[in-house]
Amino acid sequence: MDECGLLNVFECGTLPLEVWVSDGLRWLVDNYRPFFQALKWPVDLVLRNFEWALGSVPPTLMLVIFALLAWQIAGVRLMLAVAASLLFVGFLGVWAQTMTTLSVVFTSLVLCLILGIPLGIAAARSDRFYNIARPILDGMQTIPAFVYLVPIVMLFGIGNVPGVIVTIVFALPPVIRLTNLGIRQVPTDVVEAMLAFGASDRQLLWKAQLPLAMPSIMAGINQTLMMSLSMVVIASMIAVGGLGQMVLRGIGRLDMGIATVGGLGIVLLAIVLDRLTQSIAESSRTRRGASWRQRGPIGLILRWTGSRRP
Amino acid sequence: MPITTIECRSVWKIFGDRANEALAAIRSRGVGKGEVFEEFECVVGVHDVSFEVAEGEIFCIMGLSGSGKSTLIRHVNRLIDPTDGEVLVEGVVVNTLAPEELRELRSRKIGMVFQNMALLPHRSVRDNVALGLELRGVDKVTRIGVAESTLERVGLGGWGERFPDELSGGMKQRVGLARALAADPHILLMDEPFSALDPLIRRELQSEFMTLASQMHKTTLFITHDLDEAIRIGHRIAVMKDGALVQIGTPEDIVTNPRDAYVADFVAGISRLNLVTAHKIMESPQSYAARHGAVDEAAWPRALPDDSLNRLVDLSVGSRHPILVVSEEKVVGVVTSQSLLRGIQGNRSDGAAATAI
Repeated sequence: MDECGLLNVFECGTLPLEVWVSDGLRWLVDNYRPFFQALKWPVDLVLRNFEWALGSVPPTLMLVIFALLAWQIAGVRLMLAVAASLLFVGFLGVWAQTMTTLSVVFTSLVLCLILGIPLGIAAARSDRFYNIARPILDGMQTIPAFVYLVPIVMLFGIGNVPGVIVTIVFALPPVIRLTNLGIRQVPTDVVEAMLAFGASDRQLLWKAQLPLAMPSIMAGINQTLMMSLSMVVIASMIAVGGLGQMVLRGIGRLDMGIATVGGLGIVLLAIVLDRLTQSIAESSRTRRGASWRQRGPIGLILRWTGSRRP
Repeated sequence: MPITTIECRSVWKIFGDRANEALAAIRSRGVGKGEVFEEFECVVGVHDVSFEVAEGEIFCIMGLSGSGKSTLIRHVNRLIDPTDGEVLVEGVVVNTLAPEELRELRSRKIGMVFQNMALLPHRSVRDNVALGLELRGVDKVTRIGVAESTLERVGLGGWGERFPDELSGGMKQRVGLARALAADPHILLMDEPFSALDPLIRRELQSEFMTLASQMHKTTLFITHDLDEAIRIGHRIAVMKDGALVQIGTPEDIVTNPRDAYVADFVAGISRLNLVTAHKIMESPQSYAARHGAVDEAAWPRALPDDSLNRLVDLSVGSRHPILVVSEEKVVGVVTSQSLLRGIQGNRSDGAAATAI
C-alpha cells in the first residue's frame, strides 16, 4: 500500500524542508559571508586578549594569581582548592591546553554577559519581547549542538572563534532568563516607592532593580559558565583546541588515557569556577560582613601598610 | 478660606481593557459593579470621587480592604492614571504633567509612606532616607546631612549605618517616615502606614506622627482601615465603600451623624467619650424646667458646650445634680445623668429607650 490515497496521505508528497534549509544556507553563505566574517571580529578581539593574558604569564605565577584571586573572592579554603586543582592539572602536563580552554570559556562568558544582561533587562520590561524570546531561548537550549555546528562552520569557518560562537548559542539563555527573572522578582512595592520618590526609568534600573536582581543574575552567570564548559568537547569538533580536543582525540583513537586526562581537567575547572561564581553570588546576597577592602590578600596588605603608618 | 492643597474632581478609575466603554455604560445606564464585570470584564476601583484637602489638614480615608482607598491615594502622585476626572496638587493638574515635571512633583512636593515600608534592602538606613534627594541629584554631603537630621527627628539618630533587615517593624516604618520627610515635601501620602505594626507601637507612632505633622505643617492624606486611627489622627474623615466616598466629615460628624447604615455600622463600636461634646446631648433649660419646675441651680456642676462626654462623666460622678451647660455666663442647656448615659451609648430613639426601661 504505498500509493498516494486517502489511507496513506504521506505518499502524496513531502515538505522539502531539507532542500529549503540547504538552499537557504547556501544563499546566505554566498551573499552574506563577509557580514558573518565581520561578526567574528569582536569575538576574535576578546579571545586574543584572553589567550594572550593567560598564555604569556609563566604557569607558576599564573597559579599564584588565581589562588590569590580565589582568596580575595571566597576565602582561604577556596584558595587551597584552586591551588591544588591547578597544581594537579599542571602536573598532568596539560597546563597549556587548560589555558586555551579557559580563554575560550571566559570569552564566551564575557560575550554572553554583554549580550545577555541587556536582553534580560529588555525581557523584564516588555512582556511582548519576553514572549517572543522564550521559544527562541528554549530552542537554543534544546536543539542538539550538532545541528547548528554545520551552518556555523559554513558561515564562520573553523577554529577557536567559531567555537566561541557555538558556545554562546548554547550558554546565552540562562543569563537572559535569570536576569529577566531577577528583575521581575523585585517587589512591586519597592518599584512603586522608587517611582513615588521621583525615580526615572534609568534610576529605577540602576538603583533598585539591578542590585536587587543581583543574586539571580549571578546564578545566571554561574549557569552560563557551566554550560560553556559543557560545550568544550563539542566545540573541539570544529577545531577548538584545549582540553576538549584531548577528549575528542581520546574518543577517536580509543585512547582512554588521554580522554581521562582531558576530562579530569574539564571537571576540575568546572568545580573551581562553579565555587568561585557561587561565592560571588553568595556575597551579593548577604552583602553584610567585611567589605572586600577588609578581606583576603588586599585586606591583609591594607592592614599591614596601615599598621606601619601610625 | 483655607488654601486647597489636594483636590480630586470626580475621579474614576476602572481597571480593564474596556474601561472607557464601561465608564460610558455606568454613566448612561447606571449599571452596577457586578454588571460592569459581567459585561466588560472591568473592575471599578474608584467611583466618581471628589474631595478637597486644605493646607495643613490631615485627611483620613477610611475603608475596608478592597474599597479602593489605596488606588485612590495613588492618583495624587499619579502612580495610577485615572480613567476620568482630574487631580490637582497645589492648583496644578497632575494628569497632564510631562514626565519630567511629574518626577519633579514627586520628588519635591510629595512624600509617600507605604504599608509594608518598601525600603531598599541593599541600602543602609541613611541611604534609604536620602533616596529622594539622591534621585533629585542633590550632592552626597548635603543629602547625608539631611538624612541624619531627619533620622534624629523620627527618633532613630545613630542608626544610619544599619540595614533595614536589622530593624524592627516599628523602626522600619520610622525610616519610611523619615524617607518621606527628608525632601521636606508639602504633602504626605500615607498608605496604611501603621496597619502592619502591633498595637502599642502603632499608638506610639500615631502620636509621634501627629506631633511631627503639626510641627512641620504637612498636608496629609492618610489611608487606614482602622476607624479608631482615623478618628485619632484625622481632622476630617472620608468613609469609602466600593470605590465611592460615602461620607466626608469631622470625626464627631461621622460618629454622631452617620449618613447611612454602612457608616453607622462602622461607628457602632467607637467610644464616644472623647468625641461627642456637651452641646450634642444637652436639652434646653426650658424643657428641663417644664418637666421639673423651678429648681435651685446654685449647687449644680457647670460645663462648657465643647466639653467632652468624658469631662461630663467626671462632673456627674462628683455631684447628685444634673450638669448645667454654660456659654459666656449664660445657661444654654442641661445634661441629666440619664441623657449623659444615653449620649455615651450613642443615638438611640426615645421609643427604643422607653421599651428598654
